[in-house]
Amino acid sequence: MDTALILHFLTTPLVFLIWTTFLKTFILLNVVLGVVSVTVFAERKVSAFIQDRTGPNRVGIPMTLLGGKKDIPFWGLGQMIADPVKLLTKENFVPAGVNKFFFWLAPKLVLLPPLLVLAVLPFGSSLFGVEMTIANINAGVLFIFAVTSLSVYGITIAGWASNSKFPFIGGIRSSSQMISYELALGLSIIPIFMVCGTLNINEIIDWQIKNGWLVAPYWPHGFSLGQLLHPHDLIHSLVAGVSLERFLLWIPLMISFVIFLVSIFAETNRLPFDLPEAEQELVGGYHTEYSSMNFASFFLGEYAAMFAGSGAIVSIFLGGWSLPIIPDGSQGWFWGLVNIGVWFAKVSVILLFMIWIRWTLPRFRYDQLMKLGWLGFFPIALFNIFLTAVILAVVHH
Amino acid sequence: MAIVVNRPKLTTAEKFYLPAIFAGLAITWKHLKRALFNKGIVTMQYPEEKWDANLPAWYRGAPTLVVDENGREKCVSCQLCEFICPPRAITIKPMEIPENDPWRKVEKRPEAFDIDMARCIYCGLCEEVCPEEAIFLRKDYSITGLNRAEMVHDKETLYKLGGVMKGLTFKWNELK
Repeated sequence: MDTALILHFLTTPLVFLIWTTFLKTFILLNVVLGVVSVTVFAERKVSAFIQDRTGPNRVGIPMTLLGGKKDIPFWGLGQMIADPVKLLTKENFVPAGVNKFFFWLAPKLVLLPPLLVLAVLPFGSSLFGVEMTIANINAGVLFIFAVTSLSVYGITIAGWASNSKFPFIGGIRSSSQMISYELALGLSIIPIFMVCGTLNINEIIDWQIKNGWLVAPYWPHGFSLGQLLHPHDLIHSLVAGVSLERFLLWIPLMISFVIFLVSIFAETNRLPFDLPEAEQELVGGYHTEYSSMNFASFFLGEYAAMFAGSGAIVSIFLGGWSLPIIPDGSQGWFWGLVNIGVWFAKVSVILLFMIWIRWTLPRFRYDQLMKLGWLGFFPIALFNIFLTAVILAVVHH
Repeated sequence: MAIVVNRPKLTTAEKFYLPAIFAGLAITWKHLKRALFNKGIVTMQYPEEKWDANLPAWYRGAPTLVVDENGREKCVSCQLCEFICPPRAITIKPMEIPENDPWRKVEKRPEAFDIDMARCIYCGLCEEVCPEEAIFLRKDYSITGLNRAEMVHDKETLYKLGGVMKGLTFKWNELK
């Protein structure tokens, strides 16, 4: 076979779709697992700074091992590699009384859902004409909800299979925590469907590019790079952006945003809602009996869930990969790369916010979480749907 | 008698948590920002920076042997420390001081004096029991070794760590 034939084969629509999808999956998976490592490092560093400590600052390039005089500390960045290596080389201890099958199954069940969520998140516009979403499906948001709620099975099974009281309490807490906030999480997103009229995340982002981010009440209409050269058009677009509808809709959309954000914290078991883990009361919660790579899977799952949750927040509320003025990938590969960078930057901001929250707030009490979910967020989210409907009805008639 | 503590009445703003959350975030942000510019960090970088100058006079570090101002070793190998040592870290081999020695009058001194620092619990009983005030707990705390043999302080090491103790010592001073 000569090169032309191979090239022709690779550019056949179906084949092209298959190999680009595999490539995207492979790259995204590796990037995300790397990001997890960086997030853990950032978590340790930020927590240290918040508590007036230095945090990890020693592990760098071990020059003394290579015959040098002094190690290069490198701001402790080597910790990102040292932590996984430590976890990998530890003994994987399985207690005698556990249900072996479920004990081994649980970490995988926790790790899998957040990675599946990444499949529908658009992490960029397009690069060389290839769409930067692994699966552009019409039920994208529903897919996220369907998959993320599965991770609670992993936690509950881990708690139950460990045959130990603290993990068991952790697992039970996780399942009841899930039903307290999952309803509010699902309902909080309905106003977005009513405003954008679609469940497809890519279309939600397109809507936001045209009409502005969902959390921004004012947005210049059809603002672009070319307009900067034409002041007349610029003023026109600035004025056209002011609309009563957007300002009125901003109220329910902000309520949705707050509920969604808080629910994502609960979804990813982050403080102030890390009741299934609760180091101080439950030793380590559901993963008390786990060690080595099994424990690392939980760890990885938790941070991948943080990443996926942040990705969902960014894609749905904060305009995804878009920034005002910056064009999308159809204007050239450079802008495609910029869009990917913008998405990762936005996700990093949300991740930092999550870390910041963790080292600020104490844990909610168990009943307080239930009360917040059932008596706080659930009715507010329901009311929010009607509020949005009324606003839409009044404005359009 | 049971004390009744009434729950405080919360205002509407307090019930929403959010103002308190923002106040907390502001505080942690302040600390984060300060630490980013390397200010306000209280961590001491241990092997490079040490707290040694601030150790109190009565600090109980590694037990050592001392000589007096005349260079005479104070220990007369009565072996009281060996007997009182709770973890049995001390081993003494006594010897007669030879006839031609200027300190013949003292009669005995240790031929070998070993303290196993892997066993020592830094209790200070050896210092308290010593009738000759020959053994003192000094301020060395970082005693390390690569094997058990390296953790044993022999007589030479003990005198090197201990140094000279001049004049009267107030052993029963409660701060010592």
